Amino acid sequence: MNPIIRFENVTKRFGALTVLDNFNFEVARGEKVTLIGPSGSGKSTVLRILMTLEPFQEGHLELDGIPYHEPGGHGPFKASEKHLHKIRCNVGMVFQSFNLFPHMTVLRNIVEAPVAVLKMKRDEAESRATELLRMVGLYDKKDHFPSQLSGGQQQRVAIARALAMRPRVLLFDEPTSALDPQLVGEVLGVIRDLAQEHDLTMLLVTHEMRFAREVSDRVCFFDKGRIVEQGDPELLFSNPQQPRTREFLSSILGEPAPARESLRRVP
Amino acid sequence: MTWTQYLPPLLKGAQITVTISLASIALGAILAFAAGIARTSSNRILSGIAFVYIVLFRGTPLLVQLFWFYYALPLIGISFDPITTGIMTLSLLTGAFGAEVVRGALLSVPHTQLEAARALNFSKSYTLWHISMPQAVIEMMPAFGNLAIQNLKDTALVSLISIADLTFQAQSMRNITLDSATVYTLTLVGYFIIALCLMLVMRFIEKKLRRGPAFPRSAHS
Repeated sequence: MNPIIRFENVTKRFGALTVLDNFNFEVARGEKVTLIGPSGSGKSTVLRILMTLEPFQEGHLELDGIPYHEPGGHGPFKASEKHLHKIRCNVGMVFQSFNLFPHMTVLRNIVEAPVAVLKMKRDEAESRATELLRMVGLYDKKDHFPSQLSGGQQQRVAIARALAMRPRVLLFDEPTSALDPQLVGEVLGVIRDLAQEHDLTMLLVTHEMRFAREVSDRVCFFDKGRIVEQGDPELLFSNPQQPRTREFLSSILGEPAPARESLRRVP
Repeated sequence: MTWTQYLPPLLKGAQITVTISLASIALGAILAFAAGIARTSSNRILSGIAFVYIVLFRGTPLLVQLFWFYYALPLIGISFDPITTGIMTLSLLTGAFGAEVVRGALLSVPHTQLEAARALNFSKSYTLWHISMPQAVIEMMPAFGNLAIQNLKDTALVSLISIADLTFQAQSMRNITLDSATVYTLTLVGYFIIALCLMLVMRFIEKKLRRGPAFPRSAHS
């Protein structure tokens, strides 16, 4: 079967800094892939490019058979707004800082996009939102505003909001990095449930190594804009082949403090 | 003549001052949103037109603008009555300053909000009106309050294109009675009362907008 995501020699530069250099990467339909690696290694950039939040300069990228660059496309994205709209129909994203809309209730945060973008009827969208809120365990908060929720609750709403658009690919950009340690578990629980869905392709950038090992089909270790090593989580964590991977894993797993805590202090 | 006899003409003038001020605040607000949004647009032509308008009206004195519209424009065949000229000029000036307020507030909406909107596939105009604007409007209110009061005080200049506003009536009264102290004190009190009403209205609108739990951090500022 064709991969749902295909990066082919993709190069991404921020000014003089090359973040991804001739990057090649494929993800199969329904695969759950975790991207790990030190800060600035390009793993978040991969997600942001897929979400069309960042353009890339060279190479080929396609998602579900749709190439990101349009033939003869203009502007930094080398594609029209209409084309980008088509690509985004298949992708959703969960951000590190939740990014809920503060002026909308929890329910409206979830209902707004299906109604405005997918032209779904409001009552239909609301019943779907209700279902999603029950799934993330926050139905009783539907009329609250984001500011009235804890970080963990906000992130669960953000996951429901992304799912309401029925994406084929869901991207998680460090979904628990901004949370207090005691709130991490509830968000990971929701993501763990989602990982059971066979049709949903998931890309997860995280520093939660134990969690990555548990939910992913494949772990990719990033360093300096390249995938240095990738494979089955059990193998990669228990027996890393590359010295860089070993170094990275021992730096975060070898310490007595929980992995999350040690990484949170890295600026 | 006692000071109570000064009141009827001054009140008549005050009425005109209030009319001109309210009309030009309303029209100015519309212009401010139009030009402010145009400035943040990626359309270079729209943004360019808005830029030229803002720079021109912010960079020239109101009095000269009034004279230009009242005395110079008729020379190329376009003329308006004094009240229309006054409202038009003040609207354009208030709109130019307001446009910068609108632009600044729109730019202050966190970039992460726009990324979330993009990830949910909202169109640009939907993002502007339903995500950015509701958050930006609250930030605009204090500056709009200042502009409204500035606008009221600026209306005093329309007396110089023969509009019988509060300042004009005060001048006439003083010329008749030579009682400068009483007339100008009453005039100051008159402007102050109108300004106070404007401040209260703006505060009320701001409170209304901030009400509710959506923006708790700014609730008491």
